[in-house]
Amino acid sequence: MKYIDEYRDEALTRSLLDEIRVAVTRPWKLMEVCGGQTHSILRSGLDQLLPPEIELVHGPGCPVCVTPLELIDKAIALASRPDVIFVSYGDMLRVPGSERDLFSVKAAGGNVRVVYSPLDSLKIARENPDQTIVFFGIGFETTAPANAMAVVQAKKQGLRNFAMLVSHVTVPPALCVLMESPDVRVNGFLAAGHVCTVMGYWEYEPLAKKYRVPIVVMGFEPVDIARGLLMCVKQLEEGRAEVENAYARSVRREGNVPAQAIINEVFKPCDRPWRGIGVIPQSGYKFREAYAEFDAELRFPGVQAIATRESSLCLSGLVLQGLKKPNQCPAFGKECTPQTPLGATMVSAEGACAAYYRYGRYAASLQPSEVSA
Amino acid sequence: MTAPARVNFSGWTCPLPLKNYPAIVMGHGSGGQMMADLIQHLFAPLFDNDLLAQLGDSTVIGLSRMADGSSPDDTPSALRDTRIAFTTDSFVVSPLVFPGGDIGELAVNGTVNDLAMSGARPLFLSAGFILEEGLPMETLGKIATSVAAACRAAGVQLVAGDTKVVNKGHGDGLYLNTSGLGVIPPGVDIAPNRARPGDAVIVSGTMGDHGMAIMSVREGLEFETVIESDTAPLNGLVQAMLAVTPDIHCLRDATRGGLAAVLNELAAASQAGIDFEERRVPVRAEVHAACEMLGLDPFYVANEGKLVAIAPEAHAEALLAAMRAHPLGREAALIGRVTAEHPGLVAARTLIGSSRVVDLPAGELLPRIC
Repeated sequence: MKYIDEYRDEALTRSLLDEIRVAVTRPWKLMEVCGGQTHSILRSGLDQLLPPEIELVHGPGCPVCVTPLELIDKAIALASRPDVIFVSYGDMLRVPGSERDLFSVKAAGGNVRVVYSPLDSLKIARENPDQTIVFFGIGFETTAPANAMAVVQAKKQGLRNFAMLVSHVTVPPALCVLMESPDVRVNGFLAAGHVCTVMGYWEYEPLAKKYRVPIVVMGFEPVDIARGLLMCVKQLEEGRAEVENAYARSVRREGNVPAQAIINEVFKPCDRPWRGIGVIPQSGYKFREAYAEFDAELRFPGVQAIATRESSLCLSGLVLQGLKKPNQCPAFGKECTPQTPLGATMVSAEGACAAYYRYGRYAASLQPSEVSA
Repeated sequence: MTAPARVNFSGWTCPLPLKNYPAIVMGHGSGGQMMADLIQHLFAPLFDNDLLAQLGDSTVIGLSRMADGSSPDDTPSALRDTRIAFTTDSFVVSPLVFPGGDIGELAVNGTVNDLAMSGARPLFLSAGFILEEGLPMETLGKIATSVAAACRAAGVQLVAGDTKVVNKGHGDGLYLNTSGLGVIPPGVDIAPNRARPGDAVIVSGTMGDHGMAIMSVREGLEFETVIESDTAPLNGLVQAMLAVTPDIHCLRDATRGGLAAVLNELAAASQAGIDFEERRVPVRAEVHAACEMLGLDPFYVANEGKLVAIAPEAHAEALLAAMRAHPLGREAALIGRVTAEHPGLVAARTLIGSSRVVDLPAGELLPRIC
């Protein structure tokens, strides 16, 4: 497949890894911010090909994983209402709330539907005028433009039976928290290519300067990742701390300006709780007053009062901050598996725990060879 | 047969996977780990017997055998060595008609394939139609016609049937159950637990076509190319393979859960490891593209006309040649080997030459957010 296969090329990946091996002289700890990158690293087994000096820690960039338990419980409460059709991206359905997940709500008769685009939920709203359609608007800056567009369209079309449960989060404030934390000792950051496609990377320049860490915008295929790691290692070895773009085929410094405009039209920054991490100031979006009528929490005031505490067994907070590897959690692979997840990091395809479970469980014992035939 | 174990729901302490869900959810029917748990922890203990324990696509039964497992002396000698294959399958696909096929064709091919996977020659089918009130007669006519055509194409007869109607809102238009009987030729011994280290692992063609064909119409995705289901009866292909060598160890059609589920089931049943190379698995460009878009892995996506064969290395070349000469095996490929390393586990050599575990799918395939 064009524009994909080239970036999964074995020879190219290996030559970039060789360059890393030549460049590196001492141990470096690098964090890939985005869960999509974690997934790709483990799926391709790239981590096993890195020189021993490079340690990858997995960042908080999994939208499913950082959505607070409280929001899941709110979603479950809304989805259980007979007057609501609850519409979500697929991976949210299996995330455990404090008592059950959205799949179980569906099994109990709740009207829960999966869509690929939030705009599809407007069609559901038009077809079901007697029901309120609540879309679960989660994600980073990546999903925010499409979610905002759905709200703008709903307003334009006068769809009064459409609302959104919003739990949007943004990357730079979370990076600040990680950079300021005395426990997190990360030497360089690999920024999320898709988020930067929307937002650009100018926001990261003051961070690189203030905290004196290299930040490299990185893509998602093995070649993109190897290139991003190489650029980050070179900066560290040369004592530089800059923002560099290793994903130029998708990302520009200013980002996608019309997409930013539509986010800004509908949403404004607010404090947001991150699952397992806590409240990060100005790290999310909420509705502007002009669009408050679409806020599901205002439309259904009972939901706003729901408050939940996180499970103490699950270490996903530490995993999301890069303080623990998934397999260092005592519950990993025992009480906690993709079938019986204790935390969202074990549920989402982008969750670090699920990725470890799926691809890396027995990595040490595996050395599949080429088939000679 | 021993008395079936009693299942006490009130004092359920183990297993966690069932305890976590007090009601059935969609994942229990997805062919992945959740369904495996349901079968292992609920059905298998209740229905426990040595035939069911074969866990093949169809069950192989010696004709002289009685229900208590004994072989009476008065069995006619002509029947003594005859083995039949028996299977059943239900079809609940939505939409009823999809690019490349419909539920009728799928139901016949599905059961024919389950029989063929034990090396049997499929002979007789039954069909149970569960119809929803309001189903247009024209639709039923089209699907019944398609059942008849698929039977002719596969060389089987539909010899028993049943029709029920349920109230509107209680069914998806039409559900179809098919059961099938076939006869296994002498000298053929195909079972999921027969994979041996060194055996070759072969697929009969491209992976993921059926699942993506269904998903592309069900989810309203508009791709520029239509992805067609690969639904097809595989008994002809299996006959062609057996003509080359009866010494095939395992056959499995890669339906729900796709290639990954089949390889995991065979590895677990045989207590052997399986290594395969990602780059050797054929995947259509449009299926690959659709999977990339949705964040799905084609190795986990369903097929309805593809099989996985495990056979001694010595027969691999001849088998491949015979498969490629058959219209349903033109893109057959050797993808890997059975190994004594990591028993029960499936590992892939990735495109960049590293390795990863290829696990059973957890539950339903869930498209990623971004």
